[in-house]
This record gives sequence, C-alpha cells and structure tokens, in this order.
Amino acid sequence: MNIVVILAPLSLALALIGLAAFWWTLRSGQYEDPQGDASRILVEDPDDRPL
Amino acid sequence: MALSEGRRRDADPACAEAPADGPDLSAYLTPTPSGEARLDLLVSGAHCAACIARIEGELADTPGVASARLNLSTGRLAVGLRPGGDPRRILGVLERIGYPAAPYDPDSAREAQDREGRELAMALAVAGFGAGNAMIFSVPVWAGLFGQELGPATRTFMQWASAGVGAPCAVFAGMVFFRSAWTSLRGGRANMDVPISIGVLLTLAVSFQETLLRGRDTYFDAAVTLLFLLLIGRWLDHALRRRARSAAADLLALQAPSAAILAEDGTERRAPLRLVRPGHRLRVRPGERIPVDGVVETGESELDNAILTGETAPEPVAPGAACRAGALNLTGLLTLRAEAAPEDSTLARIARLVESGAQSRSTYVQLADRAAAIYVPVVHTAAALTFIVAWMLGLPVREAVLRAATVLIVTCPCALGLAVPAVQVAAASRLFRRGVLVKSGAGLERLAEADHVAFDKTGVLTEGRPRLLNADPVDLARAAPLARASSHPLARALAEAAGEGPTAAEAVEVAGQGVEAWTATGVMRLGRAAFVGAPLSGDQTELWFRDDRGALFRFAFADALRPAAAGIVEAMDRRGLSVSILSGDVEGPTRRAAERLGATDWRSGLTPQGKVEALDALKASGRRVLMVGDGLNDVAALSHAHAAMAPGTALDASQSAADLVYPADRPDRIAEAIDVARAARRRAMENFAFAALYNLVAGPAAMLGLVNPFVAALAMSGSSLVVTLNALRLLNGGGK
Repeated sequence: MNIVVILAPLSLALALIGLAAFWWTLRSGQYEDPQGDASRILVEDPDDRPL
Repeated sequence: MALSEGRRRDADPACAEAPADGPDLSAYLTPTPSGEARLDLLVSGAHCAACIARIEGELADTPGVASARLNLSTGRLAVGLRPGGDPRRILGVLERIGYPAAPYDPDSAREAQDREGRELAMALAVAGFGAGNAMIFSVPVWAGLFGQELGPATRTFMQWASAGVGAPCAVFAGMVFFRSAWTSLRGGRANMDVPISIGVLLTLAVSFQETLLRGRDTYFDAAVTLLFLLLIGRWLDHALRRRARSAAADLLALQAPSAAILAEDGTERRAPLRLVRPGHRLRVRPGERIPVDGVVETGESELDNAILTGETAPEPVAPGAACRAGALNLTGLLTLRAEAAPEDSTLARIARLVESGAQSRSTYVQLADRAAAIYVPVVHTAAALTFIVAWMLGLPVREAVLRAATVLIVTCPCALGLAVPAVQVAAASRLFRRGVLVKSGAGLERLAEADHVAFDKTGVLTEGRPRLLNADPVDLARAAPLARASSHPLARALAEAAGEGPTAAEAVEVAGQGVEAWTATGVMRLGRAAFVGAPLSGDQTELWFRDDRGALFRFAFADALRPAAAGIVEAMDRRGLSVSILSGDVEGPTRRAAERLGATDWRSGLTPQGKVEALDALKASGRRVLMVGDGLNDVAALSHAHAAMAPGTALDASQSAADLVYPADRPDRIAEAIDVARAARRRAMENFAFAALYNLVAGPAAMLGLVNPFVAALAMSGSSLVVTLNALRLLNGGGK
C-alpha cells in the first residue's frame, strides 16, 4: 500500500500541470478570437503573438 | 489569393489622410500605462485572412500607430496610438480600404471582454480537475463499502486526500453559484442557485465532520462532480447568450453616422449626426442615406424607402419634397434643409419603439426558471422534514444532518441544470447546419410557443428588388445598352433580364429622370414616363423607353416572390399557425403577393407604429405572434412580438432585434426552425419529467438513509448523462 503515497501525489501533480496549462491559455487570451487565429496562419507576415 | 494586396499602397498615407474633418474622437481613447492610447473600433466587412492582412498592414504603415490587432470573431479592432497620433486618420485609412469602422465606447469595450465567460471556463476546469482527482481517492472508499478489505486508517487517509483535493476545488468552482445565490437571497427570492449552494456547503461541512470523527460516508467527490455538471450547463447557456449580447452591443456602438453640413459660404464639413440642428443645410450624395428628416432644397433624385416603409417603388423627389431619415438616395445629388433634430427623426422614433419592445419582452420567464420556482421549495421542505423526522425518531443529530445533506445532494438539480441548456445548444447547432442562427435560448422557447405568424412582405416573402415582368426579347435588347449605363435599381433589373451585352457609351444620367443617349439618328431615352413623353399609367412600377425613331416601349416591374416562399402559408397552417401579412408597401403589390401565397389576412400601407399596433391587437386576442421581418420599419414590430426572426440580408438592427436569423433565400427554413424549436421544447419537457421521476425515487431513498456516497455519485452522473443523451437526439433529427 505504500506505493499509494508516491502515486497519489504524482497523479495530482500531473493533473495540476494540466490545470495550470489551461489557466495559462485562458489568461493569455487564446480563446478570444478563434476565427482570427484560424485565419492568421494564412497571412504572409504572421503576427502570432497572443494579445 | 489576394493576400499580397494587403500591402498595396495607393499613395503616401500621410498625405492621403489629412486629418481634415470628422468628429473629435479623443473621448474614445483609453490611456495605457506605456504612454500610448488605445482606441477600440468596430470594423464591418472583415471576414477572412486577407482582411486581417490588409487592415493590420495598412494601419502599421500609418504614422502615429504603434500597434493594430483585429479580432475576427468579434469584428473589433484594437489600435495602439503613439502620443500625438490622430484617431480620425485611422478611420480615414479604414474607410479608404473599404472597411468602414466606428469607435467603440471604452466602457462597453471593457464589458465585451467577457470576464464572466473566462470565470466560468476557469471554474469549469477546476471543477473537472477536482471531480476527477477527488474520485481517485473515493473509489477505494467505495470499494470498502462493498466488503473489500480496507482498514480504517487507509480509509481515513483516502478521505483526507479526497477532502484535500475536493474541498478547495468545490469552494473555488462554487463561487459562481454562491454569489448568485447571495444576490437572489438579498433580493428576497430563492433561485436555483440557493439549493445548490446550501447543498454543496452543507455536504462539505458534513463530510469534514465525518472524516474527523472517522465516519464512513463522505461526499467530497459528489460535491465537486455536482458543480462540474452544473457548470457545463451554465457555460453552454453563457455561450449562447454572449452571441446575442454582442450583436446588440455592436448595434449601439455603430449608431454614430455622420452628415455633411453645408456652411453659408458653400463649404462642406462632416459632423456627427447629433450636431445636426433643424435649419442646417445638408448634402446627400447618391448612395448615401438621408441623415435626418428634411425638405429637399435643390436637386432631383429618387429615394429608396424600402427599409423605412417596405415600399418597393422608388419615390421621385424634387425641391419642396419631404424626405425621411433612413431613406436611400439613389440617383441625384440632393441638398436638404433639416426639419428635425436627429433625436426627433423617424429613425430615432423607431429606436424608441424598439426599446419599449425589449422591455416588454424581458418579463418573459424561461422554462428553467419556472421549473426552479417549483423545485426549490419542494426540495428544501423535504430536506428539513428529513432532519426533523429523523431526529424525532431518535437518531443522533449527526446522523440526521447527514441524511438531510444526502437528500439535498442527491436531489440536487444536476439534471435540471443541464436539462434546458443541453437541449438548446443541440437545437441551435442543428439549426446552424441549416443556416439558421439561434441568438438566444429564450428565443427558441418563445418560438416553440408561437401560434400565429406575421410576415413582412418586402425582402421576406419577396426578393425586395424589382424584377422585369413583361419582356419582348427584341424590345429588351434595344433598351438594354442604356439600362446598363445606369445604376438605378429598375434599370439594373432590366439589364439583368437582358443579360450580357454592350453598354451605351455616350449615355448621360439625368438625375431623378432617367438616362438618355444621343446617336446619329436621334435621342434615345429610358426613364420615367414624363421624361420619355409617355402617358402615365396604372399602379405598377414601370420604366419607359423611347428609341431613336420615337417609338415607345413600356417595361413593367414587380417585386418577385421568393421561390421558396411558395408553400409557406400551407406549411404554417399544417403546424397550426395562422398567417397574416403586415406590409408597409401600397395595396396593389401586397394584395398580389397575398393572393399568390394564399394568405387571406393581409394589411398594406402600415407605418412602423401601425405594425406594432397590429401585433398588440393580436396579442390582446390571446395570440402569441412570431414576427418575421427585415426592414427598419419592422424593427419595432420584431421587438414587440412574442418571437422574432429576420433574414440574413436584413439590417443589423433587425437582426439584433430578432431571436433567430435565417438564410434570406430560404423562407421555408422558418417552418423548419419552428419544428426544431418545438422538438427542443418536447425534449426539455421530457428531461424535466425524467428529473422529477428520478427525484421521486432518489429523494425518498435518501430520506430513509438508503443512499451511500457511491450510490449518490452514480445516480447523479447517471441522471445527467440520460438528460444530455436525450438532448443530443435533437442533433440527428430525432423528435420529428
């Protein structure tokens, strides 16, 4: 059963990384303009900085 | 691809856009910490990658601009201005490259950033994280419930781990509900969020107590899962509403057109509309709209009143004629004397009618809220009774509170919270595939309740532009070269009927009269009867042609019915909706359209106010009216009707007053939208029935103490799944 003590925090840590990544995408405005982001890839001189 | 065009330069932009005129825009600037100023603009007409490249490229080359970024989804353009940069120059650049823009009020710009949506998304993510990870620790505890080997020490460890993950997540994700519940309680009401908040908080408290006392039943995972499922419904609902709100905000932001005011010395300057006063002389070019009600001083032209009254025939105007704000000047340069200030003009009166309509409609109570009004008192009474009875029967207080909390969490309205939004989103995406845009879930509910349809004629049932009726191909071919030289709608219709061919190169347009061309053998004229020298005849819209030998030809035009509108009256009848046609056009064309469609109830010559009165009369007789209209004269009626639809070609104002927008050439989709709305209503009702049935079983079971955390988790997710699957049936046409 001791393995739980290692695996449980490990699984939590992995999930927290995912949560932090989502938080970052949300804060950096990556859901603000889905249409524009899809189109910008076609622009010759792309300015793909997030807002 | 026209991407390289984005860098096209007509002239040095610095010279091309001298900041000559235009309103003072400094009020629209927001200072930023870096010393620049930010200008938010709403750009119309940008749809593709080429537009982004063009707009951002041109602005980057404009002096004074530090940055420019276009949001294609919302049509908003954020421009960073260096100190001294002139915002008017930016509007000039955009105007020149073909994307007219209007400044966005900084307050509404901040509002449009959708803080609420971000908060909901984050709460949803945290709840999802919490639900998944709290459950990892709950599963061993559940296994222990079914006789698997699990020592008390391990169980307590698992419960603490579950609490450590679940409780903070539940508190974070639950803030949305707690805040809303608090506001509603302070207002003396109890909305759906009150039982949710009480349920979640009570469950958390009881679970902590059980963990501390080394009890068996904890519900940390159930509390977070509950919030997760509810937040899905909340987020779907928000996504639908946001689309509707942004359309309305765009309309408000764009109500800042300008007018060309003529000074005494004949110089012209552009000024914002609100500065126009009665007595000002205004210049209106062909292709522009009349800014305020006024009287023609000089110039002759024809006005297109279609969006104002629904009349399809152009109205000739000469000095002394009155013209109304919103009419489109077709052919000649006009000078007007303003008769009314903008706030008293026809347009503003329509805007006021819209406002009163929006207020009357906001009293509509949505299905979900109606369900909550029944649900909340029942569940709270049940939980309270459980506590009192269990306590009186001699159970310890701790056990009685645990049971009451179980009742709250098991009957918690997961299924109810999802029942309506899931259905509405499924219905909206099915309609979206058919080209119909649903702007609000409430609109879909109201559409399902409609039992009468009122159609506008022009642009809805008909194409909204003239079509040639009688056509002898030989005559047509002779008149066509002259017609091609004109931009008048009737001439264009004639040219369209004639097809490709030569254009009369030497043709001259006589404002408000017609076109003429001098040839070796004489003069040819195409235009109004008086211009050509023909007798005036009939009530039909007509154009006369005189050839170089003096022979006269008459071309009659009518606004053709849309082919897809043919069976519309019958289709509505089959669905149990009665039909009436409310048109602002004159009697003849309205009667002909009504006869061909088989509609017996029609009225012509209605003003915008008249349409509203006709709707109010229908409402007074107990009907729930669906209004379908596209013009400015329909906007007020659209916002007064129980439900409203507008074609995709309609004005922004009409589209934002409507609940649904359908493809203009397919009026038959209106019937389809009604079918889907009704199917959605049935699905929602089934979901409510299921949720009620589920609560009838789960509620008493929880009261009797038969529910443990595993059963609660299973029942809760199970009921939400059933409700969602039932909603998804709508996607594939189920529910016919």
